[in-house]
Amino acid sequence: MSERESGSMVLDDLRLEGETDASGARLDAVNVSAWFGSAKVLDRVSLAMLPGTVTALIGPSGCGKSTFLRILNRMHESVPSAKLAGEVQLNGQDIYAADQRVTETRKRIGMVFQKPNPFPTMSISENVTAGLKLTGMKVARSDRDALVERCLTRAGLWKEVKDRLDEPGGALSGGQQQRLCIARSLAVDPDVLLMDEPCSALDPTSTRRIEETIRDLMLDVTIVIVTHNMQQAARVSQWCAFFLAELGTPGQIVESGPTKKIFEEPSDPRTADYVNGRFG
Amino acid sequence: MAVSADQFDLPRVLDPGFSRADRIFHGSARSIAILVLVIFGSIGVFLGYQAIPTFHRYGLRFLTEHDWNPGLNKIGISATMLGTVEVALVALVIAFPLALGTALFVSEYAPPRIKSTLVALIDLMAGVPSIVYGAWGFFLLQPYASYVGRWLHQNLGFIPIFKVDTDPHAAIWAQSRYYGSAFIAGVCVAMMVLPIACAVMRGVFSQSPLGEREAAYALGATKWGMIRSVVLPFGRGGIIGGTMLGLGRALGETVAVAIILSQAFDIKFRILESGQNTISKLIAERFGDATTVQLAALLTAGFVLFLMTLLVNTIAAVFINRSRSGATTEI
Repeated sequence: MSERESGSMVLDDLRLEGETDASGARLDAVNVSAWFGSAKVLDRVSLAMLPGTVTALIGPSGCGKSTFLRILNRMHESVPSAKLAGEVQLNGQDIYAADQRVTETRKRIGMVFQKPNPFPTMSISENVTAGLKLTGMKVARSDRDALVERCLTRAGLWKEVKDRLDEPGGALSGGQQQRLCIARSLAVDPDVLLMDEPCSALDPTSTRRIEETIRDLMLDVTIVIVTHNMQQAARVSQWCAFFLAELGTPGQIVESGPTKKIFEEPSDPRTADYVNGRFG
Repeated sequence: MAVSADQFDLPRVLDPGFSRADRIFHGSARSIAILVLVIFGSIGVFLGYQAIPTFHRYGLRFLTEHDWNPGLNKIGISATMLGTVEVALVALVIAFPLALGTALFVSEYAPPRIKSTLVALIDLMAGVPSIVYGAWGFFLLQPYASYVGRWLHQNLGFIPIFKVDTDPHAAIWAQSRYYGSAFIAGVCVAMMVLPIACAVMRGVFSQSPLGEREAAYALGATKWGMIRSVVLPFGRGGIIGGTMLGLGRALGETVAVAIILSQAFDIKFRILESGQNTISKLIAERFGDATTVQLAALLTAGFVLFLMTLLVNTIAAVFINRSRSGATTEI
């Protein structure tokens, strides 16, 4: 048995069982369609995102992968004309069900954005605990310092900022700001972390740090990452979904599967063309 | 050899090579800007110059004397200055929460259809002549506001500023004791301050960055939580600046105040009680039949008001400028 086969076997087993020692949650998109106004941008997309794995969403610009990501934690509906069909299930529970509160959903499914967006008027440690304050979670002062340290450590930022926790978050470099944003998302203890091209505004060194952070986090948190960088998708993800919106049609998943398979042995010729850089 | 190398290491003269159109525009824009400064400066200098004989004649007593009685050669503006500040502060206390709430509603909560109408209406409020507000305040507001005044007197009368020299519980109460007070004038001026303060606040709120708003939402924030953690901190400079601009307007408001206030020259902290004065009212009412000496005194009072307004507006400008620079996430 080749190395690739054994790799995908493990993942297939993992996907069949749906149970691992990972503590993240399982996220399932079921027949998700999306519209902005009357323009349909996603057409019946289904994808399972499993605990303990990093799922990468790849595809050319405008194929709906960011829209799909924003649907996964209900950020989609903040756009006034946005509409949607289908279900997104967090551990089997539809997050769009009438009895689900949007604030609770977003707390459990965190998000890191393309452009680092720390709160500039808050200090570094206040930024980390901002989510607790915003969601009304009370943490004792003594626990708070430990929480700040733990979150910054998990985001790979602690060593760089431990002596200046009271300085404004906006004074950090771009890469540090992005890791601060990751730490801030982790502080509310989410089950899933969505990342929308988190490294596209960063230099290679910062990108490497964030990729290390992703690898460290994947056992605790289910990670879904949108990326334009093929190498990054190959480096950090175990599962990969290729989105494509062909001329005039809404975005769809052309193919999804273990990252190795998508990159080395794709079943659809369009996937092969894209991952080999022939378009996009 | 070294000498000649140094020769090449001197800073070069850099000529940006502006085109003629650029130079003409630059020149005319600069002259207009200078003209504005010159006009503003000359008003200040003119008023300051007019103030010299008055200070020569009355000295600092002009600032401490409360009465304005040319017949007794008593001329001073301490009571009038106090009244000016009182009316402006009452206006501010009323207008601030209204402006803040309106600005937040317009920028954050109002559906797009209502939004533009609301903005137009608020801007329209700024365009209503102050004489109209004055008439509204005097004929329509005053009878009702005097009930509010009595209520405040009854319930908060233990606080000195809410005292009125009458019995609030009397069966037939002396309503006229509550007429023409700094409170009623302040309510009326608040209507004029509101649109200015609201426009500045709304402008700053709507600039608060989308990235930070989404960051707050993605953490599970409610709308109010997002406003508190993103919009209000971002807009802090605008809130303070808009309020101060409104205060500048309130200090100088003339016609409406002149109609409503019943004139008195006492140093008085009781805002609900009839009788108060402001500098602009004093000037407007005494200007017509003033002698040369009195005219100079009125212009001196105007100079003091000019300085007060200048100070307030300068502080406002500092706050507004500071809010733009320090509060973005640009990297």
